[in-house]
Amino acid sequence: MLKGYAGKFLDVDLSSQAIKETRFSDEILRDYLGGRGLATKILWDRLGPKWETVDPLGPENILLLLTGPLTGYYPGGRTCVSGKSPQSNGVVGSTLSGEFGVELRCAGYDGIIVTGESEKPVYLFLKDSDVELRDAGEVWGKDGKQTVSMLTKECRGLLNTRYKKYGEWKEPAMLYVGPAGENKVRTAVVGSKWAHAAGYGGYGAVMGSKKLKAVVAKGTGPLPEVADVRRVKRLIDTVCNGIYEGELWRRWGTGAGGYNFGNKSSSEPIRNWQEEWHDEKSYGVDKFENRLWMKPYWGDFGCPTTCLKLAVVKSGQFKGAISDNPDYEMQAYLGPNLGIFSPEENVFLSSLIDDLGLCGIQTGNVMGFAAELYQNGILTKDDFEGLEPKWGDAEAFATLAEKIAYREGMGNTLAEGTYRAALAIGKRKNIDLLPYAIQAKGISIGAHGIRSGQDFPDIISYACSVQCGDHTSLASLPLDGGGEVMGIFSDSGVFCSFNGFGVSRRIRFDFYKAVTGENLTRKEWAFNRGLRILQLQRIMLLLGGPDLKWNPKIHDDNPPRFYEPLPNGPYKGKTADRAAVEEYKNRYYRAVGWDRNGIPTAKILKKLGLREVEKALERISYD
Amino acid sequence: MPAKNEPIWIARDLAKCSGCRKCEIACSLFHEKCIWPDASRVRVFMLVPGLEFPHLCAQCEDYPCVESCPTKALSVSKKTGAVLVDNKTCIACGQCIGACPGRVPHMHPREKRIIICDLCNGNPQCVKVCQEGSWNVLKTVKRGDEPYRLYARKPDETTRDLAAKIYGEAGGEYLC
Repeated sequence: MLKGYAGKFLDVDLSSQAIKETRFSDEILRDYLGGRGLATKILWDRLGPKWETVDPLGPENILLLLTGPLTGYYPGGRTCVSGKSPQSNGVVGSTLSGEFGVELRCAGYDGIIVTGESEKPVYLFLKDSDVELRDAGEVWGKDGKQTVSMLTKECRGLLNTRYKKYGEWKEPAMLYVGPAGENKVRTAVVGSKWAHAAGYGGYGAVMGSKKLKAVVAKGTGPLPEVADVRRVKRLIDTVCNGIYEGELWRRWGTGAGGYNFGNKSSSEPIRNWQEEWHDEKSYGVDKFENRLWMKPYWGDFGCPTTCLKLAVVKSGQFKGAISDNPDYEMQAYLGPNLGIFSPEENVFLSSLIDDLGLCGIQTGNVMGFAAELYQNGILTKDDFEGLEPKWGDAEAFATLAEKIAYREGMGNTLAEGTYRAALAIGKRKNIDLLPYAIQAKGISIGAHGIRSGQDFPDIISYACSVQCGDHTSLASLPLDGGGEVMGIFSDSGVFCSFNGFGVSRRIRFDFYKAVTGENLTRKEWAFNRGLRILQLQRIMLLLGGPDLKWNPKIHDDNPPRFYEPLPNGPYKGKTADRAAVEEYKNRYYRAVGWDRNGIPTAKILKKLGLREVEKALERISYD
Repeated sequence: MPAKNEPIWIARDLAKCSGCRKCEIACSLFHEKCIWPDASRVRVFMLVPGLEFPHLCAQCEDYPCVESCPTKALSVSKKTGAVLVDNKTCIACGQCIGACPGRVPHMHPREKRIIICDLCNGNPQCVKVCQEGSWNVLKTVKRGDEPYRLYARKPDETTRDLAAKIYGEAGGEYLC
């Protein structure tokens, strides 16, 4: 057996309440690792033949909570959440930090496969191999913070009662959904530890559709045995020492971004991307740091960076709001994108978004979209049932976020996410609203613009990504550089890619060898194993359905706004050049083995040993 | 730094804890030769997110755990001042847990014996990693005649104190 794996997965069917264990062959684990890669394989094997008809929010969908062989070993452990995405109708490997993956592996499991749909709200509680579904009636409807308090108390109580002689039990780790997930809002997250979220993909809605409120895990064993523990220990030191040399991420996390990406790289969403530059010193990181940060470092299991900062508003109108830095994405989307440039208001909105179980990126994007329609008079006060979403009005956006989480009035339409909302409102008003929708294939774009050319995404990064608007899974060339296939490695080994800064790129493969005992080179990953996962993700994305399908000729593109010139700032007038986008896209298609229409060729599928997938090519069709 | 072969104490600045749990990793790698959070002698509790803190032996000046042991499995190291467990004599009765004002000792998850911080024979690995990363929550100091017993506190009590300090008035509602 491959080292570094617990070797078992929990297979939980909520319809029949049956819980069993599943194993995967070494061959599958070698090819697909874990996390995003293995999720893609499991989904293809179980749902592939009927993919187009599977409703992401129906009982047929599968919710995957997976670790990888490097979880807990490579500094900065994460957990990967996946399934058929209610945003893209493809597969997204959505990872979040925290101790859940470590607890799960210490309990003897590499992951949890959740199928079916429960009749009543439940949560899954496991202590090592004692696994049970428990009633979640009391905690259903509760927000993130309340859920964490109630279930920590209940489960720690169970441990203290059942295993009295052990001493004091630490809290188990937990993944959960808030009200937004329960209400199947497509911008809902699977959350952890109040402020952590697997956002991209919308898996909170999938978990909610299954009436699974939370998964609580306590593992008392060691992490799975590795091939060479002394080498692993040395590699941990190497990564950590490299990280300690760096200053930026440790000191500010991404929390300096709210000012910097606007001011320096001119790539921050401002008022729904009408602008990308600002010089609002009120939003400088020093204001967050000096007024709000109660902890200079906040992080998760094994992390040397601890890029989070604990922000607490202690006085004034928004007293009691708690969040992380907020990190850059939250600073941008729940700040300048809504015309807000006050740290306290930003922490207030971030705290609320976390409590509701919403994704700050997707929800901040759809609220910006709605606010621009209000600005232009396309939507009126009446459309919002009396609410006026004016730029900069934090309380109005707080109310709108609540309407989205509870699917009230206009919130019910916006709860479908930016793309679907644009189609629905456009139909109602008989106007094309896609120019206002800053998204790619159903997933709103991360807060890093491409027009100035100064930020890290390339001009095709969102257009060609198999995870669409996901700024952590960007298409770029060369394939073995820093692009999407390499991102699949960290999402499949399941560790934090942020702990790769300041560290040689080969270290992650050295880690893989020390943990599993198997050789793996960057080239082998980029041009074989990782590329195979990319093809499967691409095919499932293009199969799509049931409500939406993507045609690469139309949808492998940037949002129209990215072809409008930047209106101000040092890069005023700059825009994405359409000819350059087409040229880069064609080069990218060739490099990954897709034809001129963006469809994987039979040749590349054959080369990667995906011959059985070839037949699915016939099912890719456009209306 | 205290001189070699001199009793030490691990000073602790709990409110600064980042929750990175590198102390648990270092402790279990040192004592168990693998990463094993639940077998770590120092354990990071997070009963409320944001209020993480390391829970470890405070080496009370009167050592109530040593007093309570019916098989005399516990003793005090003359060199470091740490509580040492004789694994062969320990019967995993748990008397020491009840005797500890902070309920710090806990059972080894796989073996029938108690786990208590042994100060790594004078060079605590948890302190080393905490200092390397400049979190500086833990620091090795010379053991003096101080009220160390005050630091033997139950996890729920410490959480309550940190909630008041970090979250202020709002802190109370998150306690569980």
